[in-house]
Amino acid sequence: MLARLRKPLRKPSVIPGFGLTLGFTVAYLSVLVLIPFAALGLKASGVGWSGFLDIVTDARVQAAFRVSFGCAFLAACINAVFGLLVTWVLVRYSFPGKRIIDALVDLPFALPTAVAGIALTTLYAQNGPIGGLVEPLGWRIAYTPLGITIALVFIGLPFVVRTVQPVLQDLEKEVEEASASLGANRWQTFSKVVLPTLFPPLLTGFALAFARAVGEYGSVVFISGNMPMKTEIVPLLIIGRLEQYDYAGATAIAVLMLLASFLLLFLVNMLQSWSQSRTRA
Amino acid sequence: MITTTTATTQRPATGTLPQATAEPVWVRVLLTTVALFFLALFLAAPLYIVFSQALSDGFALYLAALTNPDALAAVRLTLLVALIVVPLNLAFGVAAAWAITKFEFLGKGVLLTLIDLPFAVSPVIAGLIFVLLFGAQGVLGPWLDEMDIKIIFAVPGIVLATLFITFPFVARELIPLMQEQGTEEEEAARVLGAGGWATFWRVTLPNIRWGLLYGLILCNARAMGEFGAVSVVSGKIRGLTNTMPLHVEILYNEYNLAAAFAVASLLTLLALVTLVIKSVVEWQGERQRAAALEMRAEEA
Repeated sequence: MLARLRKPLRKPSVIPGFGLTLGFTVAYLSVLVLIPFAALGLKASGVGWSGFLDIVTDARVQAAFRVSFGCAFLAACINAVFGLLVTWVLVRYSFPGKRIIDALVDLPFALPTAVAGIALTTLYAQNGPIGGLVEPLGWRIAYTPLGITIALVFIGLPFVVRTVQPVLQDLEKEVEEASASLGANRWQTFSKVVLPTLFPPLLTGFALAFARAVGEYGSVVFISGNMPMKTEIVPLLIIGRLEQYDYAGATAIAVLMLLASFLLLFLVNMLQSWSQSRTRA
Repeated sequence: MITTTTATTQRPATGTLPQATAEPVWVRVLLTTVALFFLALFLAAPLYIVFSQALSDGFALYLAALTNPDALAAVRLTLLVALIVVPLNLAFGVAAAWAITKFEFLGKGVLLTLIDLPFAVSPVIAGLIFVLLFGAQGVLGPWLDEMDIKIIFAVPGIVLATLFITFPFVARELIPLMQEQGTEEEEAARVLGAGGWATFWRVTLPNIRWGLLYGLILCNARAMGEFGAVSVVSGKIRGLTNTMPLHVEILYNEYNLAAAFAVASLLTLLALVTLVIKSVVEWQGERQRAAALEMRAEEA
C-alpha cells in the first residue's frame, strides 16, 4: 500500500541517496526554519488580532515602517539607475583595472554590515571627509533619512549589477546592428531595442535590492541616528522591544514585516518567471 | 569588450558605420567617468576610511587594539562559530543540491522556497525566532531552564542564528551548477558498477568543486561577519559571547574609533581575501567550462 502510494511522488532513478539526502535536508530545515517559525506563529497567535492591530497602528511603529520602506525604495531606485550604468560600462567598455573593479562590485556582499555601517557613518558625519564637504552648504547626511538611503544603496548595488550583467553579456550584437541598419540612431537602438531586453532583469535586481534593504540592520543602525519617528528603522524597533522584554510587541512587528517580505519574494519570483518566459519567446 | 574600441579606431574610413553599434567617444568617456566616480564614492571610499582610521593613531596602537584580550576573545569566538557553521552548511548544501537536482519528487518547489527564505528575512527576525523558541520567555524556555541548558545569550544561540543566515549559500551555488550537468554521468557510473559514495567522490565532486569552493567562501564570509541576527541572540557579554562584528559595535559606541576600525580592518581583509578567491574561482570555473566545450567540439 505504502509502496504503491510512494510511486507517483518520485520518479524512479538508478542514482542512490534519495532517502539520505532528502531526509537530512528536511531534518536540517525543520530545526533551523520550521520549528523556530512555528514558535513565532505560536507567540503571534498569543498576541491576538486586536492586540496585533493595537501594536502595528501605533504612530512610532508606522513611522518606522515609512522610514524603512521609503528609504529602501529610494535606494533601490538609485541602484537601478546607477547599477545599470555600472553594468553597461563594465560589459561594453574597456579601461585599465576593469577586472579589479568588476570584482570590487561584490564588496557589499563580502564586507560585514557593521564594518560598512561605521565606515559610511565616519565618511558622511559632519566632521567626516564627505560630510564635511557638504556641511557648509547646509546639508546633513549622517543621522538623517538621506544617510539611511546611502547605506542601503551600498548594500543593494551588487544585486542590480549581478542580475543585469549576464543578460547584457549574452545580448547579441546582431540585434543592435539590425536596428542600426534599419536607420535607428544609437539612442533609439538603446531605448527601443536594448533597454526592453534589460528591463526584466533590471526589475528583478531592483526587487532583490529593495527586499534586502527593507530588512537591513547592521549598515543602517550606525548612520541612522535612531531618532524615534524620524530615523528609526523597523529592525531596530524590534530589537528595542526585545530589550524591554516586550515579546508580544516584537512578534507583532516582525509578523507584519515578514508578510511584507514574503509579498516581495513572491513578486520577485513572478518577475523572474515572467522575464524567463519573455527571453525564451 | 575590447573589440568595440579597436573596431572604432581601425575603421575610420567607413564614417558612420562604427557609430552604429557603439557610442561616440565623448559618451563613452562620460559614462565611464560617472560610473567610476559612483563606485569610488560607494565602494572605494569606505574601504579607504577603514584602513586610514585603523592606523590613525599609529601602528603600535593598531597592534595593541588587536591584541587586547577582549578583541582576541572575539576573534576566537568568531573562528569557533565559523568552524562549526561552515562544515554543517557544507553538508546541508551538498545533500540539498543532490536531492533537488538528481531526483524528481513532489514538493521540490516548496523546498527551494524554504532554502531561499533567509535571503528574504531580516537578520533581526532571524535572531528573534530563536529568542522566541529558546529564550527565557520562549516556547522551550522553561524546559531548557529546568535542564540547565543555555542557548540564548550563549554560544549555541550564536551558532544557530549564524546557521540560519548562511545555510543557503552552498546549496544556492550548487543547485544551478548540478542542474546544468544533469544526471547522465552519475547514471553511467552506477551502471558501470560504482557505488553511491564512489559515484559522488569520483564523478560528481570533480564537476562541482569550483562551485562548491565558491559557496564555501561566501558562507564563511557571511558567517564571520553576521551582525544583525547574532546581536539579537548574543547578549554581547565581553570575552564570552562577543563576536568580532559585535566587538566593533561596542568599541564604536564607546567612541574608541581607532580600536573599532582596527578590528573592522581584520574583517575588511577577510572580505578582500574572499573577493580575490571568488575571482580566481570564477576564472577557474570559466576555464573548466571552456575546456569541456572544446572537448565536446573535438569529439564532434
